[in-house]
Amino acid sequence: MSLMWSTEGAGLLEWVIIAAFALMCLSLGLATLRLLLGPTLADRVVALELMASITVGIIAVYTISSGVSDFLDVAVVLALTAFLAAVGFARYLEKRGHGDD
Amino acid sequence: MTSYSLILRTAARFLLPLLLMFSIFLLLRGHDLPGGGFIAGLVASCAFVVYLFAFDVAPVRRMLRLDPRSMVGVGLLLAALSGVPAVFFGEAFFTGLWLELELPRIGEIKLSTPLVFDIGVYLVVLGSVMAIVMALAEGEE
Repeated sequence: MSLMWSTEGAGLLEWVIIAAFALMCLSLGLATLRLLLGPTLADRVVALELMASITVGIIAVYTISSGVSDFLDVAVVLALTAFLAAVGFARYLEKRGHGDD
Repeated sequence: MTSYSLILRTAARFLLPLLLMFSIFLLLRGHDLPGGGFIAGLVASCAFVVYLFAFDVAPVRRMLRLDPRSMVGVGLLLAALSGVPAVFFGEAFFTGLWLELELPRIGEIKLSTPLVFDIGVYLVVLGSVMAIVMALAEGEE
Protein backbone atom coordinates (compact mmCIF):
# COMPACT_ATOMS: atom_id res chain seq x y z
CA MET A 1 0.00 0.00 0.00
CA SER A 2 1.52 3.27 -1.06
CA LEU A 3 0.15 4.96 2.05
CA MET A 4 2.20 2.69 4.28
CA TRP A 5 5.41 3.20 2.36
CA SER A 6 5.37 6.95 2.83
CA THR A 7 4.83 7.04 6.60
CA GLU A 8 7.66 7.42 9.06
CA GLY A 9 9.68 4.26 9.67
CA ALA A 10 8.27 2.70 6.54
CA GLY A 11 11.54 0.96 5.83
CA LEU A 12 10.76 -1.63 8.48
CA LEU A 13 7.67 -3.07 6.76
CA GLU A 14 9.52 -3.12 3.47
CA TRP A 15 12.40 -5.07 5.00
CA VAL A 16 10.11 -7.50 6.80
CA ILE A 17 8.28 -8.26 3.57
CA ILE A 18 11.53 -8.83 1.68
CA ALA A 19 12.86 -11.05 4.47
CA ALA A 20 9.62 -13.06 4.58
CA PHE A 21 9.71 -13.59 0.82
CA ALA A 22 13.36 -14.66 0.95
CA LEU A 23 12.77 -17.12 3.80
CA MET A 24 9.72 -18.63 2.14
CA CYS A 25 11.57 -19.03 -1.16
CA LEU A 26 14.35 -20.79 0.73
CA SER A 27 11.91 -23.15 2.42
CA LEU A 28 10.16 -23.79 -0.90
CA GLY A 29 13.53 -24.86 -2.27
CA LEU A 30 14.17 -27.16 0.69
CA ALA A 31 10.67 -28.66 0.36
CA THR A 32 11.35 -29.29 -3.35
CA LEU A 33 14.55 -31.06 -2.36
CA ARG A 34 12.61 -33.31 0.00
CA LEU A 35 10.02 -33.92 -2.73
CA LEU A 36 12.75 -35.09 -5.11
CA LEU A 37 14.83 -37.06 -2.59
CA GLY A 38 12.10 -38.36 -0.22
CA PRO A 39 12.80 -42.03 0.42
CA THR A 40 9.16 -42.97 0.96
CA LEU A 41 5.92 -41.83 -0.63
CA ALA A 42 4.77 -40.35 2.69
CA ASP A 43 7.80 -38.01 2.71
CA ARG A 44 6.87 -36.74 -0.73
CA VAL A 45 3.26 -36.19 0.30
CA VAL A 46 4.33 -34.19 3.36
CA ALA A 47 6.70 -32.15 1.17
CA LEU A 48 3.85 -31.35 -1.24
CA GLU A 49 1.64 -30.27 1.65
CA LEU A 50 4.43 -28.07 2.98
CA MET A 51 4.82 -26.45 -0.44
CA ALA A 52 1.10 -25.68 -0.56
CA SER A 53 1.21 -24.14 2.93
CA ILE A 54 4.24 -22.00 2.02
CA THR A 55 2.42 -20.83 -1.11
CA VAL A 56 -0.52 -19.74 1.05
CA GLY A 57 2.00 -17.78 3.15
CA ILE A 58 3.50 -16.17 0.04
CA ILE A 59 0.04 -15.08 -1.11
CA ALA A 60 -0.67 -13.61 2.34
CA VAL A 61 2.58 -11.61 2.35
CA TYR A 62 1.94 -10.46 -1.22
CA THR A 63 -1.52 -9.31 -0.11
CA ILE A 64 0.13 -7.10 2.51
CA SER A 65 2.77 -5.78 0.15
CA SER A 66 0.33 -4.98 -2.68
CA GLY A 67 -2.59 -3.87 -0.49
CA VAL A 68 -5.11 -5.73 -2.68
CA SER A 69 -7.13 -7.74 -0.18
CA ASP A 70 -8.88 -9.77 -2.90
CA PHE A 71 -5.84 -12.03 -3.08
CA LEU A 72 -6.80 -13.44 0.32
CA ASP A 73 -9.63 -15.37 -1.37
CA VAL A 74 -7.04 -17.07 -3.55
CA ALA A 75 -5.23 -18.12 -0.37
CA VAL A 76 -8.47 -19.51 1.09
CA VAL A 77 -9.21 -21.60 -2.01
CA LEU A 78 -5.61 -22.80 -2.22
CA ALA A 79 -5.60 -23.87 1.45
CA LEU A 80 -8.86 -25.73 0.86
CA THR A 81 -7.48 -27.54 -2.18
CA ALA A 82 -4.31 -28.46 -0.28
CA PHE A 83 -6.42 -29.92 2.53
CA LEU A 84 -8.42 -31.98 0.02
CA ALA A 85 -5.21 -33.24 -1.57
CA ALA A 86 -3.89 -34.26 1.86
CA VAL A 87 -7.05 -36.21 2.64
CA GLY A 88 -7.01 -37.84 -0.80
CA PHE A 89 -3.37 -38.88 -0.44
CA ALA A 90 -4.06 -40.23 3.05
CA ARG A 91 -6.90 -42.38 1.68
CA TYR A 92 -4.65 -43.65 -1.09
CA LEU A 93 -1.81 -44.46 1.32
CA GLU A 94 -4.20 -46.24 3.67
CA LYS A 95 -5.68 -48.39 0.89
CA ARG A 96 -2.35 -49.34 -0.58
CA GLY A 97 -0.69 -50.28 2.72
CA HIS A 98 2.88 -49.53 3.80
CA GLY A 99 5.70 -49.84 1.38
CA ASP A 100 8.57 -47.80 0.05
CA ASP A 101 8.05 -45.49 -2.88
CA MET B 1 -14.40 -50.54 3.32
CA THR B 2 -12.22 -48.11 5.22
CA SER B 3 -12.95 -46.93 8.72
CA TYR B 4 -13.78 -43.25 8.49
CA SER B 5 -12.05 -40.88 10.86
CA LEU B 6 -14.16 -39.16 13.54
CA ILE B 7 -12.12 -35.95 13.26
CA LEU B 8 -12.67 -35.79 9.52
CA ARG B 9 -16.39 -36.48 9.90
CA THR B 10 -16.83 -33.69 12.44
CA ALA B 11 -14.80 -31.28 10.33
CA ALA B 12 -16.73 -32.17 7.18
CA ARG B 13 -20.07 -31.42 8.84
CA PHE B 14 -18.88 -27.89 9.63
CA LEU B 15 -17.00 -27.34 6.37
CA LEU B 16 -19.82 -28.26 3.98
CA PRO B 17 -22.20 -25.37 4.79
CA LEU B 18 -19.35 -22.86 5.20
CA LEU B 19 -17.82 -23.73 1.85
CA LEU B 20 -21.17 -23.73 0.06
CA MET B 21 -21.78 -20.24 1.45
CA PHE B 22 -18.32 -19.14 0.28
CA SER B 23 -19.01 -20.56 -3.18
CA ILE B 24 -22.26 -18.61 -3.47
CA PHE B 25 -20.41 -15.49 -2.32
CA LEU B 26 -17.83 -16.04 -5.07
CA LEU B 27 -20.59 -16.68 -7.62
CA LEU B 28 -22.49 -13.48 -6.86
CA ARG B 29 -19.58 -11.06 -6.71
CA GLY B 30 -17.74 -12.51 -9.69
CA HIS B 31 -18.80 -9.84 -12.14
CA ASP B 32 -16.44 -7.11 -10.96
CA LEU B 33 -14.04 -8.92 -8.64
CA PRO B 34 -12.17 -12.26 -8.62
CA GLY B 35 -14.69 -15.08 -8.61
CA GLY B 36 -17.39 -16.18 -11.01
CA GLY B 37 -19.21 -19.32 -11.97
CA PHE B 38 -16.20 -21.52 -12.63
CA ILE B 39 -14.28 -21.03 -9.40
CA ALA B 40 -17.50 -20.98 -7.38
CA GLY B 41 -18.45 -24.35 -8.88
CA LEU B 42 -15.01 -25.71 -8.00
CA VAL B 43 -15.32 -24.53 -4.39
CA ALA B 44 -18.79 -26.09 -4.14
CA SER B 45 -17.53 -29.38 -5.52
CA CYS B 46 -14.61 -29.23 -3.05
CA ALA B 47 -17.20 -28.95 -0.27
CA PHE B 48 -19.01 -32.06 -1.48
CA VAL B 49 -15.73 -33.92 -2.03
CA VAL B 50 -14.70 -33.27 1.60
CA TYR B 51 -18.05 -34.73 2.65
CA LEU B 52 -17.55 -37.67 0.30
CA PHE B 53 -14.12 -38.41 1.76
CA ALA B 54 -15.48 -38.23 5.30
CA PHE B 55 -18.62 -40.31 4.73
CA ASP B 56 -19.29 -42.20 1.54
CA VAL B 57 -20.63 -41.83 -1.97
CA ALA B 58 -24.24 -42.72 -1.11
CA PRO B 59 -24.94 -39.83 1.37
CA VAL B 60 -23.50 -37.32 -1.12
CA ARG B 61 -25.64 -38.75 -3.91
CA ARG B 62 -28.70 -38.41 -1.70
CA MET B 63 -27.75 -34.86 -0.75
CA LEU B 64 -27.30 -33.71 -4.34
CA ARG B 65 -30.81 -35.02 -5.23
CA LEU B 66 -30.05 -34.52 -8.92
CA ASP B 67 -27.73 -36.89 -10.77
CA PRO B 68 -24.47 -34.98 -11.51
CA ARG B 69 -24.81 -35.71 -15.22
CA SER B 70 -28.27 -34.20 -15.44
CA MET B 71 -26.90 -31.25 -13.45
CA VAL B 72 -24.43 -30.67 -16.29
CA GLY B 73 -27.33 -30.75 -18.75
CA VAL B 74 -29.42 -28.27 -16.75
CA GLY B 75 -26.42 -25.96 -16.42
CA LEU B 76 -25.70 -26.01 -20.14
CA LEU B 77 -29.35 -25.33 -20.93
CA LEU B 78 -29.42 -22.41 -18.48
CA ALA B 79 -26.22 -20.93 -19.91
CA ALA B 80 -27.54 -21.21 -23.47
CA LEU B 81 -30.93 -19.75 -22.52
CA SER B 82 -29.25 -16.71 -20.94
CA GLY B 83 -28.34 -15.53 -24.43
CA VAL B 84 -31.91 -15.66 -25.72
CA PRO B 85 -33.56 -12.60 -24.04
CA ALA B 86 -31.21 -10.19 -25.83
CA VAL B 87 -32.66 -11.31 -29.17
CA PHE B 88 -36.13 -10.04 -28.21
CA PHE B 89 -34.72 -6.61 -27.38
CA GLY B 90 -33.16 -6.26 -30.80
CA GLU B 91 -29.62 -6.83 -29.59
CA ALA B 92 -27.09 -9.45 -30.70
CA PHE B 93 -27.33 -12.93 -29.18
CA PHE B 94 -25.68 -13.07 -25.71
CA THR B 95 -25.66 -9.31 -25.18
CA GLY B 96 -25.75 -8.69 -21.44
CA LEU B 97 -29.04 -7.26 -20.16
CA TRP B 98 -29.45 -5.67 -16.75
CA LEU B 99 -32.62 -5.44 -14.74
CA GLU B 100 -32.48 -3.02 -11.83
CA LEU B 101 -35.10 -3.57 -9.15
CA GLU B 102 -35.86 -1.20 -6.33
CA LEU B 103 -37.10 -3.29 -3.43
CA PRO B 104 -38.76 -1.57 -0.44
CA ARG B 105 -36.62 -2.95 2.40
CA ILE B 106 -33.59 -4.51 0.80
CA GLY B 107 -32.58 -1.76 -1.59
CA GLU B 108 -31.40 -1.92 -5.16
CA ILE B 109 -30.83 -5.30 -6.75
CA LYS B 110 -29.25 -5.80 -10.15
CA LEU B 111 -30.29 -8.91 -12.02
CA SER B 112 -28.59 -9.71 -15.29
CA THR B 113 -28.27 -12.34 -17.96
CA PRO B 114 -24.51 -12.74 -17.22
CA LEU B 115 -25.55 -13.89 -13.74
CA VAL B 116 -27.82 -16.54 -15.29
CA PHE B 117 -24.90 -17.61 -17.48
CA ASP B 118 -22.64 -17.82 -14.41
CA ILE B 119 -25.19 -19.98 -12.58
CA GLY B 120 -25.21 -22.28 -15.60
CA VAL B 121 -21.39 -22.51 -15.54
CA TYR B 122 -21.56 -23.18 -11.78
CA LEU B 123 -23.91 -26.14 -12.33
CA VAL B 124 -21.83 -27.52 -15.20
CA VAL B 125 -18.59 -27.39 -13.18
CA LEU B 126 -20.20 -28.82 -10.03
CA GLY B 127 -21.90 -31.60 -12.00
CA SER B 128 -18.88 -32.66 -14.00
CA VAL B 129 -16.45 -32.64 -11.05
CA MET B 130 -18.92 -34.58 -8.90
CA ALA B 131 -19.53 -37.10 -11.69
CA ILE B 132 -15.77 -37.72 -12.02
CA VAL B 133 -15.07 -37.94 -8.28
CA MET B 134 -18.05 -40.18 -7.58
CA ALA B 135 -17.12 -42.52 -10.43
CA LEU B 136 -13.55 -42.72 -9.08
CA ALA B 137 -14.71 -43.31 -5.50
CA GLU B 138 -17.11 -46.04 -6.59
CA GLY B 139 -14.48 -47.65 -8.81
CA GLU B 140 -12.10 -47.87 -5.84
CA GLU B 141 -14.21 -50.44 -4.05
